[in-house]
Amino acid sequence: MNLFLATLFKLIILFGWLMLFSLYATWAERKESAVIQDRHGANRAKVLGISSFGIFQPFADAIKMLFKEDYIPPFVNKPLFLLAPSLSFFFSAVVIVAIPFGPDLTLRGRSFPLGIVSGDFTLPLIFALLSMGVYGFLLGGLSSRNKYAAIGGMRSAAQILSYEVAMILALLGLVALYSSMDLRVIVARQQGLLWGFLPRWGIFLQPLGFLLFLIAAVAMTKRVPFDMPEGESEIVGFFLEYSGLRFGLFMLTDFVETIVVSLLTTVLFLGGWHLPGLISASGFSGVLFPWGGKVILSPLTVQILQILVFQAKTVLVFIFLLLVRWTFPRYRFDQVMDLGWKSLLPLGLINLTATLILLRVVR
Amino acid sequence: MKGLLLFFEVVKGLLITGRHLVVNLFRHTLHYLFRLKWVRKGSVTLLYPEERPSLSQRHRSRHRMMFREDGKPRCVACMLCPTICPSDCLFVEAEDVEGDRYAVRFQVDLSLCCFCGFCVEVCPEDAIRMDTGKLDFVALNREGLLFDLLENKEEKGLNR
Repeated sequence: MNLFLATLFKLIILFGWLMLFSLYATWAERKESAVIQDRHGANRAKVLGISSFGIFQPFADAIKMLFKEDYIPPFVNKPLFLLAPSLSFFFSAVVIVAIPFGPDLTLRGRSFPLGIVSGDFTLPLIFALLSMGVYGFLLGGLSSRNKYAAIGGMRSAAQILSYEVAMILALLGLVALYSSMDLRVIVARQQGLLWGFLPRWGIFLQPLGFLLFLIAAVAMTKRVPFDMPEGESEIVGFFLEYSGLRFGLFMLTDFVETIVVSLLTTVLFLGGWHLPGLISASGFSGVLFPWGGKVILSPLTVQILQILVFQAKTVLVFIFLLLVRWTFPRYRFDQVMDLGWKSLLPLGLINLTATLILLRVVR
Repeated sequence: MKGLLLFFEVVKGLLITGRHLVVNLFRHTLHYLFRLKWVRKGSVTLLYPEERPSLSQRHRSRHRMMFREDGKPRCVACMLCPTICPSDCLFVEAEDVEGDRYAVRFQVDLSLCCFCGFCVEVCPEDAIRMDTGKLDFVALNREGLLFDLLENKEEKGLNR
């Protein structure tokens, strides 16, 4: 019962966090694209005459979405049509239960793990759930009984399936390196320094794997450089027949997937909540500066700081992903498939082989 | 090899947009958050209704009527402007008062006007000018854009 309540509490907090993050992701996207393009961006939503850079914009957008007409075309397959958006949103949002958001909190001598599930299955679970999301897009496309939507759905399926392969291959080197599929263990093994100055993060130990993972992950989010399923100019996308809140859910799915990708990048390649110098070991907890100075803090303070570090890293990766989205023109469909199967897959195999050989030599 | 070159170009593109992001964010912060107005703005766009574009001296905007010192319009209703108007958007009515002729109605249909400035050029009395700088007129119907220059005397102060 206690465990159940704790899990429920964590679930509510996590999904509240995710919803807030994805609401502000839309704001961040609009603002960041504006700043990149020397514009101002959304700044007109005012509450009591205060606009403060448009931070109320997400709520204005949400209210607008709520009051839009929810039109269901008469020719669609209704049950599947209604199921598809929630399916795609569910599978991309539920991934965060497997993500460890910080170190175990110690409160009054008891430790509370952050993150809802943990164990050897977390990495495979994430990929299983991420690839289940394809059903939402495919159903959305096919149940619309519209050829453009069907093409969009098929394209999203093809793209997700091919990049899933590249993504998992890119991560296998990392899994071999840290010899675990438990995200918590992977983060724990990224602690400490390599040769005294380099953090033992995945990005430094697996640079090629990081690059391949990042490209595949951007492709998994189906946003602009790889927006085959949408293709604003040619095939309107699998959500063609959707309107109002249901379309909004598909749009939110894109943002949730981007958030999930930034979380995964942080956990797997950027050392999770570890920051060189911020240490919470049994002997010493506090900040250790490279010039020898140190600040002793209570273990709980350090743990909260580490959670903040994790959030900061996630936000930075998210900003980088938005930068990628607003920099590149889109690929053609055959180019996307070429990149996935002819470049990322062989490079992933090379990366895996090289990692295994190096590990054999070193150990 | 081609892929490697492509990758370098990709990185270059990211650096360009990243530079814009960082520099503009820095400028926005200093300009708007810390109110350091001497820092260049991070944007090339204007926050329109609050910030107006600076128009050139020769820019032609909405018309205004010039008035004499006794408050009467300079227009003597010679009808040269409705004659030359290519859009046929000027409507002038005159009245004879003690041997003098004044316009009592001088309407411009702003929905028809093409802002060519011929009426300004042709006026022998320098009665119309197009230097108010006002370009945003809005109305709910066509009649709302019928603008009577004589009724808007508050712009008298603009006489230069």
